Amino acid sequence: MNRSGHGPLFSDPDPDSARAFFRKKKVALTDKVMSVSEAVTRFVKDGDYLGSGGFGTNRIATAALHEIVRQKKRNLGFAGHTTTHDFQILAAGNRQGEHLLARVDAAYIVGLEARGLSPQARRVMQSGEVEVCEWTNYALACRLQAAAMGVPFLPVRSMLGTDTFEHSAAREIDCPFTGKKMMAVPALFPDVSVIHVHESDCYGNCRIFGITMADLELARASKRVIITAEKIVTADAIRERPWDTAIPSFCVDAVCEVPYGSFPGNMPGAYFSDELHLRAWMTAEQDDAAYEVFLQKYVLGVSGFEEYLARCGGPERIAALRTEELLDGGDGGTV
Amino acid sequence: MALYNAMELMICVASRLLEDGATVAVGTGGPCAAAMLAQKTHAPNLYIMFEAGGMAPQLPAMPISVGDSRTFYRGLIASGMCDVMEACQRGAVDYAFLGGAQIDAFGNLNSTVIGDHAHPKVRFPGSGGANDFASFCWRTLVMTRHDARRFVERVDFLTSPGFLTGPGAREKAGLPPDTGPYRVITNLAVMGFDAGTKRMQVESLHPGVSFDQVQENTGFEMAMVDRAGITDPPEDTELRILREQVDPQHYLIGRE
Repeated sequence: MNRSGHGPLFSDPDPDSARAFFRKKKVALTDKVMSVSEAVTRFVKDGDYLGSGGFGTNRIATAALHEIVRQKKRNLGFAGHTTTHDFQILAAGNRQGEHLLARVDAAYIVGLEARGLSPQARRVMQSGEVEVCEWTNYALACRLQAAAMGVPFLPVRSMLGTDTFEHSAAREIDCPFTGKKMMAVPALFPDVSVIHVHESDCYGNCRIFGITMADLELARASKRVIITAEKIVTADAIRERPWDTAIPSFCVDAVCEVPYGSFPGNMPGAYFSDELHLRAWMTAEQDDAAYEVFLQKYVLGVSGFEEYLARCGGPERIAALRTEELLDGGDGGTV
Repeated sequence: MALYNAMELMICVASRLLEDGATVAVGTGGPCAAAMLAQKTHAPNLYIMFEAGGMAPQLPAMPISVGDSRTFYRGLIASGMCDVMEACQRGAVDYAFLGGAQIDAFGNLNSTVIGDHAHPKVRFPGSGGANDFASFCWRTLVMTRHDARRFVERVDFLTSPGFLTGPGAREKAGLPPDTGPYRVITNLAVMGFDAGTKRMQVESLHPGVSFDQVQENTGFEMAMVDRAGITDPPEDTELRILREQVDPQHYLIGRE
């Protein structure tokens, strides 16, 4: 007997609804450069399902995530795929009875790996105010891959036999060729995703130097994509090495130039994660009053990412993180 | 005799289980340190994989995140999550090496919740890549602190599969055959699993630790193999490399 997980399915896996959407999405090369604030205003709507690129504290779109919190977006679904500091930022939208996060597909949330667990993210997830469906990192990546492929599901061989499956929206199926039991995971088409990259041209052709996590899949699966880039390069530069393009412009809706945009996360070849800032964030979360003061200082009460960076030590701090990233102190970086 | 703390002991013992030339997918924290120590001692050709896409790095420092740039420093390929997980799924990866969680007699792991899932008493991160690694890799290694709160008769939530309910259960569930938990390394002992019952049993006790002590810190009936030995303590070289090269900032080994 094949069984079904009992978790809620937060998004429509129908590839034909997605095809109807993508048919209307413009492929033409138009200049999409805009501010982060404009991008979030235009492309993130209350009730949307959001995806976050990178890997928690690595190559994350911090500026866009802060802006989503500042603009008080509400009732979002969220793909909790390897989300650590990005989840921690969004959890700030669920303070004092407000609901930024409403539905979470959880593969990895509330923790910051070896750094420990975020008290405020935990509070949000323990309050019962957020609907949750369990997955694994690979299963969520495959859900994005299925969407990117334009098919309604993919078979995987994990989750089988566990409570992770029971609390998911996956279904057991029999392989039509071997008869073996597989786990079918439904395509996930996020309404919008925010992804930070090393370079993009004004149209949204992006280069990523280093590991890509699940961002190639995320960008292609998402209906709308906001790119923040360390640097905007010319389209001619992209054309010189098209084999280095990781995300094509036709997936992208907005391109925002945000130098050091992954801070306090790591950006390969450019700067390491700011462990002191991450620790300060975690410490502030232990006390509600201190948390409010901290958020005012670093997120809610700042005009944008540049001011945030300035309050975190500005160019001097970045220079130190760059030295840490490059290890030898030499100029071996790519940015 | 070298002086060492429990975390240092666990990391040194765990690193010895990774033989030169093996492939290992490592989780965050302790497993990362053990793999790096192995690479810097007896296993220079250990092929280390990280779930975010970093493969075969020559680790210059212990990664803080399994997705940070250390994970592909002087690596052989900077890839993505699907590529790594699919290598595991098609049978190319020997070991999954996972970190601390609640664990039961069959090696099932909980890293999701304590209490009711809808209104949990404590919410933990969830599977991350652990369920995938524990489903796909040939042998799963687990490293965790040994106490009766973590070693329980039944996990509150079965996040990642051990032997599930016992012999044959993994195969019945549809997981790839011949896979499953292999060793559990704690601050008290190294455990394996009985071939027949699939229940956890002590393979070797750490120096100065008695079986009774292990049992007292275990919430289920622990067994012991007939010829259980005593774990070789960390050697001076291992400790020196661990302290000076693997975790000089004492992120892990300083937590004593």
